[in-house]
Amino acid sequence: MKSWHEFLIMGGYAAYVWPAYAITAVVLIVNAWLPGRQLRRLLKDLKRRMHEEEKP
Amino acid sequence: MFTWFHKLASPPYFYKFAQNVAPWTGWITLLLLAAGLYGGLWLAPPDYQQGDGFRIIYIHVPSAWMSMSGYAFMAIAAGIGLIWRMKLASAVAAAAAPLGASFAFLALVTGSLWGKPMWGTYWVWDARLTSELILLFLYFGFMALNRAFSEQRTGDRASAILALVGLVNLPIIHYSVVWWNTLHQGPTVFVGTHSDISMRMLVPLLVMIAAFMLYFATFVMKRLQFEIIRRERSTAWIRELL
Amino acid sequence: MNGALVALIRRDLQLAYRRRGEMVTPLMFFIMVTALFPLGLDPEPMLLRTLAPGVIWVAALLAGLVGLESLFKSDYEDGSLELMVLCPVPLELVGLVRVLTHWLITGLPLVILAPLMGMLLSFPSSAMGTLLIGLLLGTPILSLLGAVGAALTVGLRRSGMLLPLLILPLAVPVLIFGARSAAMAVAGDDVSGPLYLLGAMLALALTLSPFAIAGGLRVSLEN
Repeated sequence: MKSWHEFLIMGGYAAYVWPAYAITAVVLIVNAWLPGRQLRRLLKDLKRRMHEEEKP
Repeated sequence: MFTWFHKLASPPYFYKFAQNVAPWTGWITLLLLAAGLYGGLWLAPPDYQQGDGFRIIYIHVPSAWMSMSGYAFMAIAAGIGLIWRMKLASAVAAAAAPLGASFAFLALVTGSLWGKPMWGTYWVWDARLTSELILLFLYFGFMALNRAFSEQRTGDRASAILALVGLVNLPIIHYSVVWWNTLHQGPTVFVGTHSDISMRMLVPLLVMIAAFMLYFATFVMKRLQFEIIRRERSTAWIRELL
Repeated sequence: MNGALVALIRRDLQLAYRRRGEMVTPLMFFIMVTALFPLGLDPEPMLLRTLAPGVIWVAALLAGLVGLESLFKSDYEDGSLELMVLCPVPLELVGLVRVLTHWLITGLPLVILAPLMGMLLSFPSSAMGTLLIGLLLGTPILSLLGAVGAALTVGLRRSGMLLPLLILPLAVPVLIFGARSAAMAVAGDDVSGPLYLLGAMLALALTLSPFAIAGGLRVSLEN
């Protein structure tokens, strides 16, 4: 690649190369983000239940 | 060494181990991804036949590779959980399945996006795409059976048997599809068949494969933390952790 | 052990005979699916002839799924499965006997009916032998794979939706080699290759799947 313009055009294959990379990026980011969120929710839920058990 | 290995198999120890190690492998994954993408999208020369269209290889091949080896990894982990009744191994299999399935999905999508300019259509019954599709269904079957039972232990063991049957079947499926495909002389345009692939093209590909492997390792650990807590929620060490 | 085995075979055959009405359902399904294809497509003989191997094999594959979930269900529900675990015959053999009797009742009639359905689809009679041999080798594999799925899901209340998802991907090689051998016979090619491969897969399935079936039954009985 010699310039940004050439990079973006991808020799005429931009319509195929960039969607492929975009979908991959989305799937990888979602897969990276979901487990952390699930874990935090589960921990929060368990903590709340534990406090409820202790109160009465 | 062996005692360390033994300790690693205990859920509380592994939970902390994953918490410490996953950020490191995560950062290395990010570095490798940046290096691989720079090498593959910017430095590598265009292919003499496919021009810049071949650059999809840097995500297609690593995805296909991880979906196949991910299934073997998952089936072996599930088998260890089944035979030696090791709870952590079953949790590893359950954590690996969705990641492997998403790599199979990516291999399908990128493969057909690559196929459009090369074959003229998004879908051709090419051997690689077809076996990737069947692999995706194998993953779905495992995930569905794993979650189908009210008792997680039963789901783990039933899906482990299914995964082992699938592991025996996977080579047969692959070679039957290849055989079926050669009868029709299917068009195969993938760069992987070139023997004279240049180093400037090959090195970024290897870097990307390494990055995808580390990504898989990192997020299996992350998912595993969730699976461990979900399975052990009523035990004493979880209460201490909270 | 031999006495127990004979008693088991007799019991399975008797039970299958008493429920013969149920056993006809897969056959009816097979006939109807193959008969529907000409209606959905063009009844043009040359077109039907090229499609016939695939249609017959896919219909046989799907017919194998009909009623599959009941393979171990009644024994699981009335507790006789738990007694079979305790009996001197190994559970692997119990499962194998069940699959083979099930195949005799549903698979074999399907194979016998196949030439008839082939005629409806103008499948040439010169290739009929290959179709029959292929189905004779292939349908037991489908029964064995189906039994693995049935054993794994016998503890579930609603397994009907899950079974096809578990079994169909595993059945792909059987479909490929079976349908392809019949199509090759129509074209006049040498069919020994795919038929040998079907035979090899049958040998593999006969030796390995009883362990998966028994394992599945044990897992299902534990909870």
